[in-house]
Amino acid sequence: MYAILAWRNIWRNPRRTIVILLAVIIGVWSMIFLGSLMRGMETQMVRNSISTLTGSIQIHHRDYRNDPVVENSMDDIDNLDKALSTSLGQGGALWAKRIRVNAVASNARHSGGVILVGIEPEKEAKISFIGKAVTSGRYLKSEDKNKIIVGRAFLKKFNTKIGNKLILMSQDTKKEIASKAFRIVGIFSAESESVEKQFIFVPISQADGMLKMGDKISEVSIILPRLDITGKEETRIARKLKAAISNDTYHVETWQQLLPMINAYLEMSGFFLYIWYFVVFVAMGFGIVNTTLMAIFERMREFGLMKALGMKPFQVIKGVVTETFFLLVIGITVGNILGFLSVAAIARNGIDLSALAAGVEMWGIPRKLYPEIWAQDVAVAGLVVLVLGLLVSLYPAFKAARFTPTQAMRKY
Amino acid sequence: MPIELKMAWRNIWRNPRRTLLTISAIAFASMILVFMLSFQLGCYETMINTSVKISTGHLQVQAKGYLNDKKMRLVIKDPGQVARVLDTIQGIDAYTFRASGFALVSSDKRTYGVVVTGIDPIREASVSTIKSLVRKGTYLTEDDETTALIGEHLSNNLKVDVNDELIILGQGRDGSIAAAVLTIKGIFNSGIDEFDRNVIMMGLKGFQEIFSMGRTVHQTIITADSLGDVSMVQQEIQNNFSKTKEDEYLAIPDWMEIMPGLLQGIQIDLVSGIIMYIILIIVVAFSIFNTFLMAMFERTREFGIMIAIGTTPSRITKIVMFESGCMTIVGIILGIVIGSLATLYFQSKGIYIAGTEDILKQYGLPDRLYPRLSMISASAGPLVVLVITFVSSVFPALKIRKLKPVEAMNNI
Repeated sequence: MYAILAWRNIWRNPRRTIVILLAVIIGVWSMIFLGSLMRGMETQMVRNSISTLTGSIQIHHRDYRNDPVVENSMDDIDNLDKALSTSLGQGGALWAKRIRVNAVASNARHSGGVILVGIEPEKEAKISFIGKAVTSGRYLKSEDKNKIIVGRAFLKKFNTKIGNKLILMSQDTKKEIASKAFRIVGIFSAESESVEKQFIFVPISQADGMLKMGDKISEVSIILPRLDITGKEETRIARKLKAAISNDTYHVETWQQLLPMINAYLEMSGFFLYIWYFVVFVAMGFGIVNTTLMAIFERMREFGLMKALGMKPFQVIKGVVTETFFLLVIGITVGNILGFLSVAAIARNGIDLSALAAGVEMWGIPRKLYPEIWAQDVAVAGLVVLVLGLLVSLYPAFKAARFTPTQAMRKY
Repeated sequence: MPIELKMAWRNIWRNPRRTLLTISAIAFASMILVFMLSFQLGCYETMINTSVKISTGHLQVQAKGYLNDKKMRLVIKDPGQVARVLDTIQGIDAYTFRASGFALVSSDKRTYGVVVTGIDPIREASVSTIKSLVRKGTYLTEDDETTALIGEHLSNNLKVDVNDELIILGQGRDGSIAAAVLTIKGIFNSGIDEFDRNVIMMGLKGFQEIFSMGRTVHQTIITADSLGDVSMVQQEIQNNFSKTKEDEYLAIPDWMEIMPGLLQGIQIDLVSGIIMYIILIIVVAFSIFNTFLMAMFERTREFGIMIAIGTTPSRITKIVMFESGCMTIVGIILGIVIGSLATLYFQSKGIYIAGTEDILKQYGLPDRLYPRLSMISASAGPLVVLVITFVSSVFPALKIRKLKPVEAMNNI
């Protein structure tokens, strides 16, 4: 009964209804749109970091992360292999082993610090960015001897080219300085210049030989078929792996633990987004209260008549709030549809930020931004507008309920 | 006061509730904009100052090409001459000389590649914050030649402490081998991981000796009296150098050239902030537009009578525009006052957001963030609000011209 009455009431004066609706639609649209830009950026950041050698989950020697040297490596490879294949066998997870140490690279003119990464070329290609990142020359093969691939920025800094030699020096397991000459066979490009300068790749067997590792490895990186931005799936699998490995000296960590900064950033930006939703609502709320209030005063005679016919104040309030409810629901729905459409339009091509490459790198945000709508944000935006919108409409509703029949019907 | 303005002022207080709500909406938007913009600008200034103070200075004098290449042989041949020029220029707070080179540094247990920087201990302390960043041990004194300061992360990686010895091995300016034993005198922590992991500082004289630099240096670090003076000082130095033809081999990059990432990072943040503000302003504009439009509908009868007794429609339009102008100006002034007061409060107290310390540290920001009120931050946002509200009041006001007195008077 209230619903029918309210629905008919709001369409009695379509012009007024549309004016109020516009405010709600614009507000909701802006929430969805802004949220999608932010979430798109976040997801892209996590994806980039994960593919820049982090992976969904990593396994290290207990001390490796604080002190990344060859002594802190894992030697129980057979057990590790078994644990990996039993707990990840099905489900499409992929993994690869790496040797990863700090080293000094030098050629005739330059020298500088780098991170030497020994990889299993075929497996690595499937789990991290490097498989698709080689832009000239070629990628590594497992049987390559003394071959290396370096980043584009590194090449420029060292003023060298494909086919030239590069000497790598690092401390081996005997605490001696090991050095070995490599020939550059490929160049990779990455999302950020610091990655291009920092990492150089060789086949794992070559790193093993140079550092006298004796088949030990520094880390295992695992990539799960789907990224769970909340990290729950990763945590569950990490726990399973930990149990299967049953070796206390090995640490199994998810990307959330490996990238504490990103994780903290995700939390912070989610918090700010919701604060911003609230701010937008307040801006919109003034409009809603004002227009509803004006509509109420315009209909003063009508409310007086209703009262005279025996309607209780509570029933008047219920009627006004129901009307606002319909307005808000329509506004939220249309706002969402507009939001989805505009996001879909942008998502096709993404927003290109590469003109600001250095700044993009500083904040660690992706060069290309694809907006992404999260159900959670849509729900929060909708709820904020609906609940707070109903709350503020109580003020005009109470005003309407207080009109007395005589006072109201005398007007005009 | 023209009669129209007087009428407008009285008109808006005929319905105080509506007026107050409209003014609040405008004031709210202005307040948020003043505060947020002050906050952003305050953070930028802190970021710039921290980066400038930790390493780069506002301006540098260096050999042409050194900025991109950092080659040992690109030196300032006569630092004495540069000093003579700088001493004559107004607006320079302090300056110092530095030389740096890449070297392998080894402790008993570990070897890493780092950047060794030679500093003039006395002058450095007035240019950069390094002296206050020493957390353990002491800062260098003037004639320390074989002692060094080392970053906290690096000291952990090398497993060394104050008074331990380090062996450095690098290449001198003339290509000879540069080797020395240094005693650690102090350990610093700047909070910026990259810096704390990669840098060793020693006395400039000792550095020049070990790296066969003679009396030459690589960089002259200059801090200006304030950020605003930088371009003036840069121009002044340039003029002096071009007189003596020194500009043929010396370059004077400012902090924006030295750290393009910082500038672009700020630009990105500012642009994304502006997008958010524009969306907020659009929402507010709709709120206000609605109110104006509804008020117009409500007062159709009144306008009809006014036209009927001989008021020209353009005069009514004028009155209506004055009305919205009055509300906007009152709202904006309120917004600026409240926003400025809030900003000033937090400017002295600082804002602490739990859980963000680690993120902020990486951008050179302290735990507490300080907004900074300036002419720009106090006026830019409200000015845009002024323009937008003016535009959104034009459309309803123009409707008056189409009114027919008889029809309008019949409208209730």
